[in-house]
Amino acid sequence: MAGVAVSTTINGDSVEFLCQPDETLLDVLRDRLGLTGAKEGCGTGDCGACSVILDDRLVCSCLVLGAETEGRRVETIEGMAHGDTLHPLQQKFLEHAALQCGICTPGFLIAAKDLLAKNPDPTEEEIRFGLAGNLCRCTGYDKIVRAVQDAAIVMKGA
Amino acid sequence: MRYIRPLSMEDAVGQLAGSSGTAAILAGGSDLLVRMKGGFIEPDLIVDIKAIDGLSEITETGDGFSIGAAVPCAVLGESAALKKAWPGVVEAAKLIGSKQVQGRCTITGNLCNASPAADSVPALVAAGARASIVGPAGRRTIPVQGVPTGPGKTSLAKGEIIEAILLDKRAPRSGDAYLRFIPRTEMDIAVVSAGVNLTLDEHGVVKSARVALGAVAATVLLVEEAAQVLIGSRLDEATLERLAKVCAGACRPIDDKRGTVEFRRKVAGVLAKRAATTAYARAGGK
Repeated sequence: MAGVAVSTTINGDSVEFLCQPDETLLDVLRDRLGLTGAKEGCGTGDCGACSVILDDRLVCSCLVLGAETEGRRVETIEGMAHGDTLHPLQQKFLEHAALQCGICTPGFLIAAKDLLAKNPDPTEEEIRFGLAGNLCRCTGYDKIVRAVQDAAIVMKGA
Repeated sequence: MRYIRPLSMEDAVGQLAGSSGTAAILAGGSDLLVRMKGGFIEPDLIVDIKAIDGLSEITETGDGFSIGAAVPCAVLGESAALKKAWPGVVEAAKLIGSKQVQGRCTITGNLCNASPAADSVPALVAAGARASIVGPAGRRTIPVQGVPTGPGKTSLAKGEIIEAILLDKRAPRSGDAYLRFIPRTEMDIAVVSAGVNLTLDEHGVVKSARVALGAVAATVLLVEEAAQVLIGSRLDEATLERLAKVCAGACRPIDDKRGTVEFRRKVAGVLAKRAATTAYARAGGK
């Protein structure tokens, strides 16, 4: 198979890579670009651990081909903190202990960031529905929901 | 395998028509990539249609709406005009998958994936939606129910691409609704589903109706007899009971782990009643 040359923007930086035509964005991020924050849970769009934002839309990077990102903008978990300053969601996940094993956490953070960008003041139900595409097998979700609620308050005040 | 991103419909059709081996059309990829990952399909050619002019847009014309084949379902939910005119179609499209999947999946893909349980299809069939198809022989427009022919199979010929789903302009006093049964509260595959589309006269009497059932046969069923039950009524209790009976009788479901034949028949009737009641209220009926 001939490689596909792709120019895209990831976390604000111009990036060029070669990938196979059937290679997912998740595999490109992890195996070619060293961005291992997005995780492969299921690989079939069910668990959300590979969530990234593609042109302002939350997507599973396992359901996007690397080749499709030509000329587009990708935001990953690696772009969430500013240097040593954590994003309020990251800070609140820590404070609320909203993680245990941590595999789902990057996906939850990206999904929660997208949720709050579109709905800065969500109800608990809206948070639960909004994050229904992300599976966590450790926490039982309550701590995650509390962390997002708390982050929403901080971000509204900012 | 080759991946191409044509800029025109003509190029896309030409590439598909001229391909040897397996070719796949890529819009949202939420079915295609899963099937590739599972080894169910190994395309020699992937034609990404998202860069084709107009395919990522919803256009409102004097005749109604044209929903481009690459428009993600999330965008349908953000279109106030579409939601106002066709709330049942939009609520069906919004039931497909998670937020992540919503950002990618399309109603055209849902139609072409040809699952009997596809959520948007009963709503589209009830709405009388049409598919605008472009192929080597030119353009043709057919009712959406003519696209799926059985589980995973469509009537599209080699080289043909659906470019848009067309919905008519709304007549006054019209409403539609879609409901499905799933054992969870969200993110699941329909066990049974029903879409109803009604137009009332100025006295609140149903003057036209379409009723479609999903997941109870190899393809979505358009139940003409159910529509006839509703026409001329104000959806009184006796009418709704007859609707349920006709819908239960029209089902040709299978027994599987998600539901038995008996259960599916009963729930088809219940959902048709509830969807009809919602559609009636949305049309302004009391």
